[in-house]
Amino acid sequence: MSRAELLEHRAVISGIGQSQVGRRLNRSGIDLTVEAALEAISDAGLEVADIDGIATYPGAGGGPGGFAGPGTPEVQDAMRLRLNWHTGGIEGPAQMAAVINAAMAVATGLARHVLCYRTVTEATAQGGGGRGGIGAGVPQMGGTLQWSIPFKAYSAACWLAMNAQRHFHEFGTTREQLGAIPVNQRANAALNPKAVYRDPMSLEDYLSARIITTPFGLYDCDAPVDGSTAVIVSSADYAPDAPRPATRFEAVGTALRGRPSWDQFDDLTTMSARDAAASMWERTDLTPADVDIAELYDGFSFLTLCWLEALGFCGRGEGGPFVEGGRRIALDGALPLNTHGGQLSAGRLHGFGHIHEAVLQLRGDAGARQVTGEPELAAVANGGGPIAGCMLLSRWR
Amino acid sequence: MSDFRVLPRIDEDNEFFWTSGREGVLRFLGCDHCGYLIHPPGPVCPKCWSRQVSPQPVSGRATLYSFTINHQNWAPGTEEPYVIGIVVPVEQDDIRLTTNVIGIDPGAVEIGMELEVVFEDRDPVFLPLFRPVAASATAAPRDGTP
Repeated sequence: MSRAELLEHRAVISGIGQSQVGRRLNRSGIDLTVEAALEAISDAGLEVADIDGIATYPGAGGGPGGFAGPGTPEVQDAMRLRLNWHTGGIEGPAQMAAVINAAMAVATGLARHVLCYRTVTEATAQGGGGRGGIGAGVPQMGGTLQWSIPFKAYSAACWLAMNAQRHFHEFGTTREQLGAIPVNQRANAALNPKAVYRDPMSLEDYLSARIITTPFGLYDCDAPVDGSTAVIVSSADYAPDAPRPATRFEAVGTALRGRPSWDQFDDLTTMSARDAAASMWERTDLTPADVDIAELYDGFSFLTLCWLEALGFCGRGEGGPFVEGGRRIALDGALPLNTHGGQLSAGRLHGFGHIHEAVLQLRGDAGARQVTGEPELAAVANGGGPIAGCMLLSRWR
Repeated sequence: MSDFRVLPRIDEDNEFFWTSGREGVLRFLGCDHCGYLIHPPGPVCPKCWSRQVSPQPVSGRATLYSFTINHQNWAPGTEEPYVIGIVVPVEQDDIRLTTNVIGIDPGAVEIGMELEVVFEDRDPVFLPLFRPVAASATAAPRDGTP
Protein backbone atom coordinates (compact mmCIF):
# COMPACT_ATOMS: atom_id res chain seq x y z
CA MET A 1 0.00 0.00 0.00
CA SER A 2 1.25 3.47 -0.73
CA ARG A 3 2.28 5.29 2.38
CA ALA A 4 0.21 8.33 1.47
CA GLU A 5 -2.87 6.18 1.92
CA LEU A 6 -2.05 5.23 5.48
CA LEU A 7 -4.59 6.51 7.98
CA GLU A 8 -1.70 7.02 10.37
CA HIS A 9 -0.39 9.94 8.32
CA ARG A 10 -3.65 11.84 8.44
CA ALA A 11 -3.60 12.19 12.24
CA VAL A 12 -1.15 13.41 14.88
CA ILE A 13 -0.93 13.66 18.64
CA SER A 14 -1.18 17.41 19.23
CA GLY A 15 -1.32 17.47 23.01
CA ILE A 16 -0.86 15.41 26.17
CA GLY A 17 -1.87 15.84 29.78
CA GLN A 18 -1.67 13.91 33.01
CA SER A 19 -3.30 14.40 36.37
CA GLN A 20 -1.72 14.07 39.76
CA VAL A 21 -0.55 10.45 40.08
CA GLY A 22 -0.24 8.63 43.36
CA ARG A 23 -1.19 5.91 45.78
CA ARG A 24 -4.62 6.45 47.35
CA LEU A 25 -5.28 10.04 46.32
CA ASN A 26 -8.91 9.73 47.40
CA ARG A 27 -9.98 11.76 44.37
CA SER A 28 -12.73 10.70 42.00
CA GLY A 29 -12.06 9.35 38.54
CA ILE A 30 -13.95 12.20 36.86
CA ASP A 31 -11.96 14.77 38.83
CA LEU A 32 -8.65 13.24 37.72
CA THR A 33 -9.89 12.89 34.14
CA VAL A 34 -10.90 16.55 33.83
CA GLU A 35 -7.52 17.60 35.23
CA ALA A 36 -5.69 15.54 32.60
CA ALA A 37 -8.06 16.60 29.81
CA LEU A 38 -7.74 20.33 30.46
CA GLU A 39 -3.96 20.02 30.53
CA ALA A 40 -3.92 18.11 27.25
CA ILE A 41 -6.28 20.53 25.51
CA SER A 42 -4.17 23.49 26.63
CA ASP A 43 -0.98 21.67 25.63
CA ALA A 44 -2.44 21.22 22.15
CA GLY A 45 -3.18 24.95 21.89
CA LEU A 46 -6.91 24.29 21.78
CA GLU A 47 -10.03 25.40 23.62
CA VAL A 48 -12.47 22.94 25.17
CA ALA A 49 -14.94 23.96 22.45
CA ASP A 50 -12.53 22.70 19.78
CA ILE A 51 -12.88 19.10 20.99
CA ASP A 52 -15.37 17.30 18.77
CA GLY A 53 -14.50 13.68 19.50
CA ILE A 54 -13.87 11.52 22.56
CA ALA A 55 -12.49 8.01 23.05
CA THR A 56 -11.58 5.93 26.07
CA TYR A 57 -10.62 2.50 27.30
CA PRO A 58 -12.43 0.59 28.76
CA GLY A 59 -15.44 2.87 29.34
CA ALA A 60 -17.94 2.79 32.16
CA GLY A 61 -18.77 -0.70 33.37
CA GLY A 62 -15.46 -1.99 32.05
CA GLY A 63 -14.47 -3.48 35.39
CA PRO A 64 -14.64 -3.13 39.16
CA GLY A 65 -12.24 -1.79 41.75
CA GLY A 66 -11.21 1.50 40.18
CA PHE A 67 -10.20 -0.21 36.93
CA ALA A 68 -12.67 1.40 34.55
CA GLY A 69 -12.63 5.16 35.12
CA PRO A 70 -15.49 7.36 33.98
CA GLY A 71 -17.29 6.62 30.74
CA THR A 72 -17.41 9.09 27.88
CA PRO A 73 -20.93 10.39 28.68
CA GLU A 74 -19.77 11.47 32.13
CA VAL A 75 -16.73 13.29 30.74
CA GLN A 76 -18.70 14.78 27.86
CA ASP A 77 -21.28 16.18 30.23
CA ALA A 78 -18.82 17.50 32.80
CA MET A 79 -17.02 19.42 30.05
CA ARG A 80 -20.19 20.19 28.03
CA LEU A 81 -18.54 18.81 24.89
CA ARG A 82 -20.38 19.01 21.58
CA LEU A 83 -19.27 15.82 19.85
CA ASN A 84 -19.29 14.60 16.28
CA TRP A 85 -17.87 11.20 17.26
CA HIS A 86 -17.55 9.20 20.48
CA THR A 87 -16.51 5.73 21.53
CA GLY A 88 -15.38 3.68 24.50
CA GLY A 89 -14.79 -0.02 24.95
CA ILE A 90 -12.61 -2.77 26.31
CA GLU A 91 -12.40 -4.89 23.13
CA GLY A 92 -9.70 -4.02 20.63
CA PRO A 93 -5.93 -3.72 20.37
CA ALA A 94 -5.35 -3.04 24.08
CA GLN A 95 -5.66 0.26 25.89
CA MET A 96 -4.31 2.23 22.95
CA ALA A 97 -7.32 1.10 20.92
CA ALA A 98 -8.88 4.38 22.04
CA VAL A 99 -6.04 6.34 20.40
CA ILE A 100 -6.04 4.19 17.25
CA ASN A 101 -9.81 4.57 16.94
CA ALA A 102 -9.39 8.32 17.32
CA ALA A 103 -6.78 8.38 14.56
CA MET A 104 -9.20 6.50 12.31
CA ALA A 105 -12.00 8.93 13.15
CA VAL A 106 -9.79 11.89 12.33
CA ALA A 107 -8.45 10.26 9.17
CA THR A 108 -11.96 9.63 7.89
CA GLY A 109 -13.21 13.10 8.77
CA LEU A 110 -15.61 12.08 11.51
CA ALA A 111 -13.81 14.34 13.97
CA ARG A 112 -11.01 16.93 14.00
CA HIS A 113 -9.75 16.99 17.61
CA VAL A 114 -10.38 13.89 19.74
CA LEU A 115 -9.87 13.73 23.51
CA CYS A 116 -8.56 10.24 24.40
CA TYR A 117 -8.14 9.28 28.03
CA ARG A 118 -7.46 6.43 30.42
CA THR A 119 -8.27 6.86 34.10
CA VAL A 120 -7.61 4.51 37.01
CA THR A 121 -8.37 4.77 40.72
CA GLU A 122 -7.20 1.27 41.60
CA ALA A 123 -5.07 2.35 44.56
CA THR A 124 -7.94 4.11 46.30
CA ALA A 125 -10.31 1.25 45.48
CA GLN A 126 -7.87 -1.25 46.93
CA GLY A 127 -7.68 0.72 50.16
CA GLY A 128 -5.39 -0.72 52.78
CA GLY A 129 -5.93 -4.30 51.68
CA GLY A 130 -4.07 -6.44 49.18
CA ARG A 131 -4.74 -6.74 45.50
CA GLY A 132 -7.94 -8.73 45.13
CA GLY A 133 -8.46 -11.60 42.75
CA ILE A 134 -10.52 -11.41 39.57
CA GLY A 135 -13.81 -13.10 40.29
CA ALA A 136 -13.12 -13.51 43.99
CA GLY A 137 -16.42 -13.25 45.79
CA VAL A 138 -18.75 -13.93 42.88
CA PRO A 139 -21.05 -16.93 43.44
CA GLN A 140 -20.43 -18.54 40.05
CA MET A 141 -18.32 -17.78 36.99
CA GLY A 142 -19.56 -17.89 33.40
CA GLY A 143 -17.99 -16.77 30.13
CA THR A 144 -14.33 -17.24 29.36
CA LEU A 145 -13.26 -16.87 33.00
CA GLN A 146 -15.04 -20.14 33.87
CA TRP A 147 -11.97 -21.90 32.44
CA SER A 148 -9.52 -20.34 34.92
CA ILE A 149 -11.18 -18.95 38.04
CA PRO A 150 -12.51 -22.30 39.37
CA PHE A 151 -8.88 -23.43 39.53
CA LYS A 152 -7.95 -20.53 41.81
CA ALA A 153 -6.16 -18.76 38.95
CA TYR A 154 -7.56 -15.50 40.28
CA SER A 155 -5.15 -13.06 38.69
CA ALA A 156 -3.47 -12.23 35.41
CA ALA A 157 -0.32 -12.74 37.50
CA CYS A 158 -1.13 -16.47 37.63
CA TRP A 159 -2.01 -16.68 33.94
CA LEU A 160 1.08 -14.83 32.76
CA ALA A 161 3.38 -16.58 35.23
CA MET A 162 2.64 -19.72 33.23
CA ASN A 163 3.62 -17.93 30.01
CA ALA A 164 6.85 -16.87 31.69
CA GLN A 165 7.52 -20.37 33.06
CA ARG A 166 7.11 -21.77 29.56
CA HIS A 167 9.55 -19.14 28.24
CA PHE A 168 12.03 -20.10 30.98
CA HIS A 169 11.59 -23.76 29.99
CA GLU A 170 12.00 -23.31 26.24
CA PHE A 171 14.76 -20.71 26.20
CA GLY A 172 16.56 -20.97 29.53
CA THR A 173 15.44 -17.51 30.61
CA THR A 174 16.24 -16.77 34.28
CA ARG A 175 14.89 -14.57 37.05
CA GLU A 176 18.23 -12.75 37.08
CA GLN A 177 17.67 -11.81 33.44
CA LEU A 178 14.01 -10.87 33.91
CA GLY A 179 15.00 -8.76 36.92
CA ALA A 180 17.04 -6.42 34.73
CA ILE A 181 13.75 -4.92 33.54
CA PRO A 182 12.35 -3.82 36.94
CA VAL A 183 15.79 -2.79 38.18
CA ASN A 184 16.33 -0.57 35.13
CA GLN A 185 12.90 0.95 35.49
CA ARG A 186 13.42 1.78 39.15
CA ALA A 187 16.56 3.69 38.17
CA ASN A 188 14.55 5.60 35.55
CA ALA A 189 11.75 6.28 38.04
CA ALA A 190 14.24 7.97 40.36
CA LEU A 191 14.44 10.71 37.72
CA ASN A 192 10.65 11.00 37.33
CA PRO A 193 9.06 13.26 39.96
CA LYS A 194 5.63 11.68 39.35
CA ALA A 195 6.79 8.08 39.82
CA VAL A 196 5.35 6.36 42.90
CA TYR A 197 8.40 4.19 43.67
CA ARG A 198 11.70 6.07 43.41
CA ASP A 199 13.94 4.45 46.02
CA PRO A 200 16.95 2.61 44.60
CA MET A 201 16.45 -1.11 43.97
CA SER A 202 19.19 -3.64 43.26
CA LEU A 203 18.97 -6.99 41.54
CA GLU A 204 19.43 -8.54 45.00
CA ASP A 205 16.43 -6.56 46.28
CA TYR A 206 14.44 -7.87 43.34
CA LEU A 207 15.47 -11.49 43.86
CA SER A 208 14.82 -11.45 47.60
CA ALA A 209 11.32 -9.96 47.38
CA ARG A 210 8.45 -12.26 48.27
CA ILE A 211 7.21 -14.62 45.59
CA ILE A 212 3.74 -13.91 44.23
CA THR A 213 3.31 -16.80 41.82
CA THR A 214 6.40 -18.47 40.37
CA PRO A 215 8.43 -17.21 38.62
CA PHE A 216 6.99 -13.78 39.49
CA GLY A 217 8.06 -11.94 42.62
CA LEU A 218 6.60 -8.74 43.97
CA TYR A 219 8.67 -6.49 41.71
CA ASP A 220 7.58 -8.29 38.55
CA CYS A 221 4.08 -6.89 39.14
CA ASP A 222 3.01 -3.33 38.48
CA ALA A 223 1.88 -0.89 41.16
CA PRO A 224 -1.79 0.16 41.27
CA VAL A 225 -2.17 3.93 41.38
CA ASP A 226 -4.73 6.67 40.91
CA GLY A 227 -4.30 8.90 37.90
CA SER A 228 -5.52 9.93 34.48
CA THR A 229 -3.67 10.42 31.22
CA ALA A 230 -5.11 12.30 28.25
CA VAL A 231 -3.98 12.49 24.63
CA ILE A 232 -5.40 14.81 21.96
CA VAL A 233 -5.48 13.24 18.49
CA SER A 234 -5.89 15.89 15.79
CA SER A 235 -6.07 16.07 12.04
CA ALA A 236 -2.54 16.16 10.59
CA ASP A 237 -3.21 19.52 8.96
CA TYR A 238 -3.31 21.01 12.45
CA ALA A 239 0.26 19.91 13.23
CA PRO A 240 2.00 23.13 12.08
CA ASP A 241 -0.28 25.13 14.41
CA ALA A 242 0.34 23.04 17.53
CA PRO A 243 2.37 25.02 20.10
CA ARG A 244 4.50 22.00 21.01
CA PRO A 245 5.96 19.72 18.32
CA ALA A 246 3.26 17.33 17.16
CA THR A 247 3.80 13.60 17.27
CA ARG A 248 3.26 11.62 14.14
CA PHE A 249 1.88 8.09 13.85
CA GLU A 250 4.27 6.16 11.61
CA ALA A 251 2.38 2.88 11.90
CA VAL A 252 -0.03 1.11 14.20
CA GLY A 253 -0.19 -2.62 14.95
CA THR A 254 -3.63 -4.07 15.56
CA ALA A 255 -3.60 -7.72 14.47
CA LEU A 256 -4.83 -10.69 16.50
CA ARG A 257 -4.26 -13.82 14.41
CA GLY A 258 -3.95 -16.49 17.09
CA ARG A 259 -6.84 -17.61 19.29
CA PRO A 260 -8.05 -14.76 21.52
CA SER A 261 -7.47 -16.67 24.74
CA TRP A 262 -5.08 -16.57 27.70
CA ASP A 263 -4.44 -20.34 27.61
CA GLN A 264 -5.40 -21.46 24.08
CA PHE A 265 -3.18 -18.99 22.17
CA ASP A 266 -0.84 -21.11 20.08
CA ASP A 267 2.47 -19.91 21.51
CA LEU A 268 2.31 -18.72 25.11
CA THR A 269 5.91 -17.50 24.93
CA THR A 270 5.05 -14.86 22.32
CA MET A 271 1.41 -14.12 23.06
CA SER A 272 -0.53 -11.83 20.74
CA ALA A 273 2.23 -9.23 20.89
CA ARG A 274 3.66 -11.27 18.02
CA ASP A 275 0.66 -10.51 15.80
CA ALA A 276 0.28 -6.83 16.65
CA ALA A 277 3.99 -6.19 16.10
CA ALA A 278 4.03 -8.08 12.80
CA SER A 279 1.09 -6.07 11.48
CA MET A 280 2.78 -2.81 12.52
CA TRP A 281 5.97 -3.56 10.57
CA GLU A 282 3.82 -4.51 7.55
CA ARG A 283 2.64 -0.88 7.45
CA THR A 284 6.01 0.86 7.31
CA ASP A 285 9.43 0.79 5.68
CA LEU A 286 11.02 1.50 9.05
CA THR A 287 12.78 -1.33 10.89
CA PRO A 288 13.58 -2.11 14.52
CA ALA A 289 17.06 -0.66 13.97
CA ASP A 290 15.48 2.75 13.36
CA VAL A 291 13.85 2.88 16.81
CA ASP A 292 15.50 5.20 19.36
CA ILE A 293 13.40 4.50 22.47
CA ALA A 294 10.92 1.83 23.55
CA GLU A 295 7.97 2.33 25.89
CA LEU A 296 6.65 -1.22 26.22
CA TYR A 297 3.79 -2.32 28.44
CA ASP A 298 4.80 -3.76 31.77
CA GLY A 299 1.78 -4.87 33.72
CA PHE A 300 4.31 -7.60 34.47
CA SER A 301 8.02 -7.49 33.70
CA PHE A 302 7.65 -10.53 31.48
CA LEU A 303 5.32 -8.66 29.13
CA THR A 304 8.07 -6.18 28.33
CA LEU A 305 10.39 -9.09 27.54
CA CYS A 306 7.78 -10.47 25.15
CA TRP A 307 7.32 -7.13 23.43
CA LEU A 308 11.08 -6.76 22.91
CA GLU A 309 11.05 -10.08 21.07
CA ALA A 310 7.77 -9.49 19.24
CA LEU A 311 8.92 -6.11 17.94
CA GLY A 312 12.15 -7.64 16.65
CA PHE A 313 14.65 -5.87 18.91
CA CYS A 314 16.01 -9.36 19.50
CA GLY A 315 15.14 -12.81 18.23
CA ARG A 316 12.40 -15.03 19.59
CA GLY A 317 13.48 -16.42 22.94
CA GLU A 318 16.46 -14.05 23.15
CA GLY A 319 14.82 -11.51 25.45
CA GLY A 320 16.65 -12.78 28.54
CA PRO A 321 20.18 -12.31 27.21
CA PHE A 322 19.08 -9.04 25.55
CA VAL A 323 18.14 -7.36 28.83
CA GLU A 324 20.64 -9.16 31.08
CA GLY A 325 22.72 -6.74 33.11
CA GLY A 326 20.56 -3.83 31.99
CA ARG A 327 23.17 -1.85 30.05
CA ARG A 328 21.42 -2.12 26.70
CA ILE A 329 18.07 -0.89 28.04
CA ALA A 330 19.36 1.89 30.31
CA LEU A 331 18.65 5.58 29.63
CA ASP A 332 22.07 5.85 27.97
CA GLY A 333 21.96 2.39 26.42
CA ALA A 334 21.35 1.30 22.84
CA LEU A 335 17.57 1.01 23.42
CA PRO A 336 16.33 3.08 26.38
CA LEU A 337 13.34 1.19 27.78
CA ASN A 338 10.40 2.46 29.83
CA THR A 339 12.20 5.68 30.49
CA HIS A 340 9.68 7.00 33.05
CA GLY A 341 9.87 3.89 35.21
CA GLY A 342 6.93 2.15 33.59
CA GLN A 343 4.02 0.69 35.47
CA LEU A 344 6.38 -1.27 37.71
CA SER A 345 7.79 1.86 39.34
CA ALA A 346 6.02 4.97 37.99
CA GLY A 347 2.59 3.38 38.46
CA ARG A 348 -0.07 1.46 36.62
CA LEU A 349 -1.49 4.15 34.32
CA HIS A 350 -2.47 1.30 32.09
CA GLY A 351 -0.82 1.81 28.74
CA PHE A 352 -1.45 5.53 28.40
CA GLY A 353 1.53 6.28 30.65
CA HIS A 354 3.76 4.76 27.97
CA ILE A 355 2.19 6.90 25.21
CA HIS A 356 2.54 10.02 27.33
CA GLU A 357 6.21 9.27 27.99
CA ALA A 358 6.98 8.61 24.32
CA VAL A 359 5.55 12.01 23.36
CA LEU A 360 7.55 13.76 26.10
CA GLN A 361 10.76 12.09 24.96
CA LEU A 362 10.19 12.84 21.26
CA ARG A 363 9.59 16.49 22.13
CA GLY A 364 12.67 16.68 24.33
CA ASP A 365 10.46 17.54 27.32
CA ALA A 366 11.33 14.63 29.62
CA GLY A 367 13.47 16.63 32.04
CA ALA A 368 16.08 14.79 34.07
CA ARG A 369 15.27 11.52 32.35
CA GLN A 370 15.43 12.91 28.81
CA VAL A 371 17.24 10.53 26.48
CA THR A 372 20.11 12.39 24.83
CA GLY A 373 20.63 12.63 21.10
CA GLU A 374 17.11 13.89 20.31
CA PRO A 375 15.26 10.60 19.85
CA GLU A 376 13.19 10.65 16.69
CA LEU A 377 11.35 7.34 16.70
CA ALA A 378 9.61 5.60 19.60
CA ALA A 379 8.04 2.15 19.76
CA VAL A 380 5.05 2.03 22.09
CA ALA A 381 3.22 -1.15 23.06
CA ASN A 382 0.22 -1.95 25.23
CA GLY A 383 -1.21 -5.19 26.52
CA GLY A 384 -0.34 -8.78 27.31
CA GLY A 385 -1.71 -12.27 26.80
CA PRO A 386 -4.37 -12.16 24.06
CA ILE A 387 -4.52 -8.34 24.26
CA ALA A 388 -2.03 -6.33 22.21
CA GLY A 389 -1.62 -3.09 20.31
CA CYS A 390 1.47 -1.14 19.31
CA MET A 391 2.55 1.92 17.42
CA LEU A 392 5.56 3.74 16.08
CA LEU A 393 5.57 7.43 16.96
CA SER A 394 7.90 10.08 15.55
CA ARG A 395 8.47 13.78 16.00
CA TRP A 396 6.67 15.90 13.42
CA ARG A 397 9.07 17.59 11.03
CA MET B 1 -9.94 -30.04 53.69
CA SER B 2 -10.62 -28.56 50.29
CA ASP B 3 -10.26 -24.91 49.41
CA PHE B 4 -13.20 -22.72 48.59
CA ARG B 5 -13.65 -22.39 44.83
CA VAL B 6 -15.73 -20.15 42.61
CA LEU B 7 -17.54 -22.72 40.49
CA PRO B 8 -18.45 -22.48 36.83
CA ARG B 9 -22.00 -21.48 36.00
CA ILE B 10 -23.63 -24.40 34.19
CA ASP B 11 -25.33 -23.62 30.89
CA GLU B 12 -26.50 -25.58 27.84
CA ASP B 13 -23.09 -25.41 26.16
CA ASN B 14 -20.82 -26.36 29.06
CA GLU B 15 -22.98 -28.75 31.11
CA PHE B 16 -21.52 -31.91 29.60
CA PHE B 17 -17.97 -30.77 30.34
CA TRP B 18 -18.45 -29.79 33.96
CA THR B 19 -20.64 -32.77 34.89
CA SER B 20 -18.86 -35.49 32.94
CA GLY B 21 -16.64 -36.31 35.91
CA ARG B 22 -19.64 -37.80 37.72
CA GLU B 23 -18.90 -40.86 35.57
CA GLY B 24 -15.15 -40.48 36.10
CA VAL B 25 -14.66 -39.59 32.45
CA LEU B 26 -13.25 -36.44 30.85
CA ARG B 27 -15.10 -35.34 27.74
CA PHE B 28 -14.40 -32.69 25.13
CA LEU B 29 -16.74 -31.56 22.43
CA GLY B 30 -15.76 -33.36 19.23
CA CYS B 31 -16.63 -33.04 15.56
CA ASP B 32 -18.81 -35.96 14.43
CA HIS B 33 -17.51 -35.53 10.89
CA CYS B 34 -13.70 -35.21 11.25
CA GLY B 35 -13.11 -36.04 14.91
CA TYR B 36 -11.44 -32.75 15.84
CA LEU B 37 -11.78 -31.84 19.53
CA ILE B 38 -13.17 -28.37 20.15
CA HIS B 39 -12.32 -26.53 23.35
CA PRO B 40 -13.81 -24.46 24.84
CA PRO B 41 -17.03 -25.88 23.39
CA GLY B 42 -18.36 -24.09 20.31
CA PRO B 43 -21.19 -24.53 17.85
CA VAL B 44 -19.10 -25.51 14.83
CA CYS B 45 -15.99 -27.50 13.98
CA PRO B 46 -13.23 -24.96 13.21
CA LYS B 47 -11.47 -27.51 10.96
CA CYS B 48 -14.23 -28.76 8.63
CA TRP B 49 -17.10 -26.41 9.59
CA SER B 50 -19.43 -29.28 10.34
CA ARG B 51 -22.25 -28.30 12.66
CA GLN B 52 -22.54 -31.89 13.90
CA VAL B 53 -20.61 -31.81 17.17
CA SER B 54 -21.06 -33.87 20.34
CA PRO B 55 -19.22 -34.71 23.57
CA GLN B 56 -16.47 -37.32 23.14
CA PRO B 57 -14.79 -39.25 25.97
CA VAL B 58 -10.99 -39.05 26.16
CA SER B 59 -8.43 -40.95 28.20
CA GLY B 60 -7.86 -38.27 30.80
CA ARG B 61 -4.11 -38.47 30.20
CA ALA B 62 -2.34 -35.17 29.60
CA THR B 63 1.08 -33.52 29.51
CA LEU B 64 1.96 -30.51 31.62
CA TYR B 65 2.60 -27.55 29.26
CA SER B 66 3.35 -24.97 31.94
CA PHE B 67 2.58 -24.18 35.57
CA THR B 68 2.93 -21.70 38.39
CA ILE B 69 3.21 -22.21 42.14
CA ASN B 70 0.88 -19.57 43.53
CA HIS B 71 1.88 -18.09 46.91
CA GLN B 72 -0.36 -15.02 46.94
CA ASN B 73 -3.72 -15.02 48.67
CA TRP B 74 -6.20 -13.56 46.16
CA ALA B 75 -9.48 -14.67 47.69
CA PRO B 76 -10.94 -15.99 50.94
CA GLY B 77 -10.85 -19.70 51.65
CA THR B 78 -7.68 -20.78 49.89
CA GLU B 79 -4.53 -22.27 51.35
CA GLU B 80 -1.29 -21.35 49.61
CA PRO B 81 0.86 -22.43 47.98
CA TYR B 82 -0.95 -24.37 45.28
CA VAL B 83 -0.07 -25.32 41.72
CA ILE B 84 -1.95 -23.99 38.71
CA GLY B 85 -1.10 -25.75 35.49
CA ILE B 86 -1.91 -25.77 31.81
CA VAL B 87 -2.21 -29.28 30.42
CA VAL B 88 -2.47 -30.68 26.91
CA PRO B 89 -4.55 -33.84 26.45
CA VAL B 90 -2.67 -36.69 24.81
CA GLU B 91 -5.39 -37.02 22.17
CA GLN B 92 -4.78 -33.60 20.57
CA ASP B 93 -1.93 -31.13 21.03
CA ASP B 94 -3.68 -27.86 20.17
CA ILE B 95 -6.21 -27.65 22.98
CA ARG B 96 -5.39 -27.00 26.62
CA LEU B 97 -6.94 -26.95 30.05
CA THR B 98 -6.06 -24.63 32.88
CA THR B 99 -6.29 -26.75 36.03
CA ASN B 100 -4.63 -27.58 39.33
CA VAL B 101 -1.82 -30.10 39.63
CA ILE B 102 -2.31 -32.08 42.83
CA GLY B 103 -0.87 -35.10 44.58
CA ILE B 104 2.72 -33.93 44.27
CA ASP B 105 5.04 -31.64 46.18
CA PRO B 106 4.87 -28.29 44.32
CA GLY B 107 8.66 -28.16 44.17
CA ALA B 108 8.72 -31.42 42.20
CA VAL B 109 6.40 -30.27 39.42
CA GLU B 110 8.06 -30.14 35.99
CA ILE B 111 6.95 -29.10 32.53
CA GLY B 112 6.46 -32.21 30.39
CA MET B 113 5.20 -34.39 33.25
CA GLU B 114 2.65 -37.05 32.34
CA LEU B 115 -0.57 -36.46 34.25
CA GLU B 116 -3.98 -38.06 34.64
CA VAL B 117 -7.32 -36.53 35.44
CA VAL B 118 -8.89 -36.82 38.87
CA PHE B 119 -12.22 -35.18 39.53
CA GLU B 120 -13.02 -33.01 42.51
CA ASP B 121 -16.66 -33.53 43.50
CA ARG B 122 -18.44 -30.19 43.79
CA ASP B 123 -21.78 -31.69 42.81
CA PRO B 124 -23.22 -30.92 40.31
CA VAL B 125 -19.83 -29.72 39.06
CA PHE B 126 -16.94 -32.20 38.86
CA LEU B 127 -13.73 -30.24 38.39
CA PRO B 128 -11.03 -31.95 36.30
CA LEU B 129 -7.78 -31.70 38.27
CA PHE B 130 -4.59 -33.53 37.33
CA ARG B 131 -2.08 -35.64 39.25
CA PRO B 132 1.07 -37.46 38.22
CA VAL B 133 0.37 -40.77 36.51
CA ALA B 134 0.77 -43.44 39.17
CA ALA B 135 4.07 -45.25 38.84
CA SER B 136 2.26 -48.57 38.79
CA ALA B 137 0.31 -47.47 35.76
CA THR B 138 3.36 -46.54 33.70
CA ALA B 139 5.86 -49.29 34.51
CA ALA B 140 5.96 -52.65 36.16
CA PRO B 141 7.84 -52.81 39.47
CA ARG B 142 11.52 -53.27 38.78
CA ASP B 143 12.73 -54.42 42.15
CA GLY B 144 11.03 -57.78 42.07
CA THR B 145 8.44 -56.99 44.68
CA PRO B 146 4.94 -58.15 43.88
